[in-house]
Amino acid sequence: MSEGEMTRLKEEVEEKKKLISTLRNKPWRMRRRLECLKDAQQFVEKFEGALGKGKGRKLYAFKVMMTKKWIKFNRDFENFKTACIPWERKIKEVESHFGSSVASYFLFLRWMYGMNLVLFGFVFGLVVIPEVLMGLPYGSIPRKTVPRDEQAKAMDFSVLFEFGGYCKYSFLFYGYYNNQRTIGLLQFRLPLSYLLVGVGSFGYSLMVVIRTMAKNSNEGGDGAEEGDFTFAWKMFTSWDYLIGNSETADNKFASITTSFKESIVDEQENQKDENIHLRRFLRVLANLLILCSLGGSGYLIYYVVKRSQTYANMDEDELSWFEKNEVEFVMSLLGLVCPPLFETIAELEEYHPRIALKWQLGRIFALFLGNLYTFLFALFDEVNAKLEREETIKNATIWAMKEHYSNFSELNNSTAITPLSINPADVMRGPCWETAVGIEFMKLTVSDIQVTYLTILFGDFLRALAVRFLNYCWCWDLEAGFPSYAEFDISGNVLGLIFNQGMIWMGAFYAPGLVGLNVLRLLTSMYFQCWAVMTCNVPHERVFKASKSNNFYMGLLLLILFLSMLPVVYTIMTLPPSFDCGPFSGKQKMYDVIIETIDKDLPAFLGTLFTYAANPGLIIPAVLLMVLAIYYLNSVSKAYKHANNELRKKMQMQRDEEKNRRNNKDSTNQVMKDLEDLLPKKSPISASAKENAEVRSELGDKPSKVSQKPGAVATGRGVNLQRDVSLAMANPRMAVTRPPGPRGPSALPGNTLQVPGGRGRGRGQNPRR
Amino acid sequence: MGNKQTIFTDEQLDAYQDCTFFTRKEILRLHGRYHELAPHLVPMDYTNDPDVKIPLALIVNMPELKENPFRNRIVESFSEDGEGNLSFNDFVDMFSVLSEMAPRELKAIYAFKIYDFNTDNFICKEDLEKTLNKLTREELTPEEVNLVCEKAIEEADLDGDNKLSFADFENMISKAPDFLRYL
Repeated sequence: MSEGEMTRLKEEVEEKKKLISTLRNKPWRMRRRLECLKDAQQFVEKFEGALGKGKGRKLYAFKVMMTKKWIKFNRDFENFKTACIPWERKIKEVESHFGSSVASYFLFLRWMYGMNLVLFGFVFGLVVIPEVLMGLPYGSIPRKTVPRDEQAKAMDFSVLFEFGGYCKYSFLFYGYYNNQRTIGLLQFRLPLSYLLVGVGSFGYSLMVVIRTMAKNSNEGGDGAEEGDFTFAWKMFTSWDYLIGNSETADNKFASITTSFKESIVDEQENQKDENIHLRRFLRVLANLLILCSLGGSGYLIYYVVKRSQTYANMDEDELSWFEKNEVEFVMSLLGLVCPPLFETIAELEEYHPRIALKWQLGRIFALFLGNLYTFLFALFDEVNAKLEREETIKNATIWAMKEHYSNFSELNNSTAITPLSINPADVMRGPCWETAVGIEFMKLTVSDIQVTYLTILFGDFLRALAVRFLNYCWCWDLEAGFPSYAEFDISGNVLGLIFNQGMIWMGAFYAPGLVGLNVLRLLTSMYFQCWAVMTCNVPHERVFKASKSNNFYMGLLLLILFLSMLPVVYTIMTLPPSFDCGPFSGKQKMYDVIIETIDKDLPAFLGTLFTYAANPGLIIPAVLLMVLAIYYLNSVSKAYKHANNELRKKMQMQRDEEKNRRNNKDSTNQVMKDLEDLLPKKSPISASAKENAEVRSELGDKPSKVSQKPGAVATGRGVNLQRDVSLAMANPRMAVTRPPGPRGPSALPGNTLQVPGGRGRGRGQNPRR
Repeated sequence: MGNKQTIFTDEQLDAYQDCTFFTRKEILRLHGRYHELAPHLVPMDYTNDPDVKIPLALIVNMPELKENPFRNRIVESFSEDGEGNLSFNDFVDMFSVLSEMAPRELKAIYAFKIYDFNTDNFICKEDLEKTLNKLTREELTPEEVNLVCEKAIEEADLDGDNKLSFADFENMISKAPDFLRYL
């Protein structure tokens, strides 16, 4: 076989292989595909063998075999991966009963669970397990032991529930970890690992969130304007093909009908603004009220946290349960009460429901954010107070140590001084602010969980029970009127999930056990909420789509991630760690661990490299470069958008011109009209234009949204139809079972419109069998 | 993999995996569902590729399709004879295209076929009217139906022939943000 033939054959084999891999994308009948597959496979097998003759035959055969094995391995791996995804059937069931919007919440929950599981794996595997296995056991050093004066009550349930007692001095919190540089046989550097895992979890979360956002935005379609294809989209994309339940289907039909009626009314009514001033005044008033309530809630939280500090200084036994848990109680209460309050105030504003939903989400977001940050600031005041106390205790311990030495040498008259051996439980302890912060976050998370579950239980389940059973003996119909069954509040639940995650991110550095708690919570949430939705909720009456909302929630999550990263990074950089607890005790700042590692563990030249890299003279130009790169990319993307718009306008103009040509009307484009006006009277074009100059309603003029009277449209169409019938091919009036043959050049849209890069055109020529 | 099943030969299963978006387990499960629809008609042993078709009326009662207003059209579009009688190949093909792994372009092609009620390869005004009536269960008045159909043609028709060819349809649907979510 000659060289040329070989290469040609090889090309054909490659082509057949490509055909096999894209076979499932072709719109053919299954039988045809199966036959094609068999032919292609036979061809490949036959000629692959033939190609393998000559030099390098063994290598070629080996390569072929490896590719086959690789394909098979990929396929098995894909099968395995899909089998591993949990809860698929459960979510599909919810989807068929309630539609895709409710199911999207559960998909989000599942995604969060996956991310938290990975974070939990990091924290557990790299921080908790080494400390527990290779570090010192409980009771050996002061930080790991319950102090003597707390020991009496350390096992009480109430104390444990507040994360005091044995909980506080366990691996759940920061204070338990020892500051030994290396532990165990493997010389595992625990402090370094702690810091890196803390920072690394933010990095991982960031990467995952951005990757999901990018994937979501890619599926978003070619980016047409909102109002371009309103009716066409409503008609072709509003039915949810995943609905399998007749009640949901009824609701969906009703909502589709309502949405069509609304669009019709929108289309027909003129933009008559009744009393725009009143509306503006009401909107300003509403915003003012909401700002006041936001401010009020922020102040309330600040006040409560301040009060809890004074309580912390008082004796524990004198406080009631309410006073001890005031902060969490108030925060949860605000989270429950304020959103409905915002909704009622928003009635004043009279926005379109989609816009109103966005405002509502924005306000709830601001509420939660404000609350969280007020809580944080109050917490920081507490931390500073603890730091001051720590100074005094540190001085006291050093003093006590010096006293002991001097006493010892006095009494024994020797210079060899044995160190003080006190039972670890009796040693004087600093206040350990990091553990205190960790405890606060734990308590907040626990109370958040309690509130969520209780709301579902009372708000949904008991309400459903009441409506169902009291209906038999009640004066009015409970199911149809008030209170009726609850609907699933998607946005409230998603926001709650996002904020919970924000708290976890903030608190995980101070309480490694928090991530584990969150994993448990998400797991139980999934089962509990799935059950609750199927048992107690009814499908939404009115489903207006906030269609790009998927990326909206991801965007919120990203924002929360940044905002929760700030406090943690701030504390790592500025606050000094406690002197007697945690993996960074004894250091000036927490990041000193890294500097220590670079000095001691890494080779010398890396150390010098880092010192050069940390030089401000290098960092500032790097930052400048990044800023310039961002600016450049921004302007490039603006240029692309502009070019896109121009192309779109051009397409629009072509389409209008084409329509006008078909309908033999005057050009509706203003520029063309002006040009024609400029022509001299005797020119042939203007003469013929005058002949056809009947003014008709401007059918194709999209940019001017003049409302159309249906009557005018109908007559316009009626006239055009006659012309069109003569131009187009005759309608065959029978079921076309064979593909249309290749048409003459005039009828194909691709030939008449010369639009560069028109994607739709190219495809239009393809549906052949 | 390790399970010995006798419904299909391994080559058949591999061929189905190449021709659809389904994994091996899913294809076997699909066969189970197909068999359930007509246990007396559908043999359990498909190794010699029997020629069995299930009529439209049975398929349209599947829970996944029961509530769909376009169920008849969907089944008709995927059947070889255009009447809605599906062989197992057509059945698998239908669910493969409707599954979430099928790409948008493929779904657009079949969506066009589904909405083309009179199968003339154009979506004309009558097709649109039928679509709309099925979507709203005939709750709109005839004037409203007329208005909506005309607006839809006006929006999407690019070559001015008052009906939607595949090019028009594809151009319009490729920009829709919700198309993939719901189909």
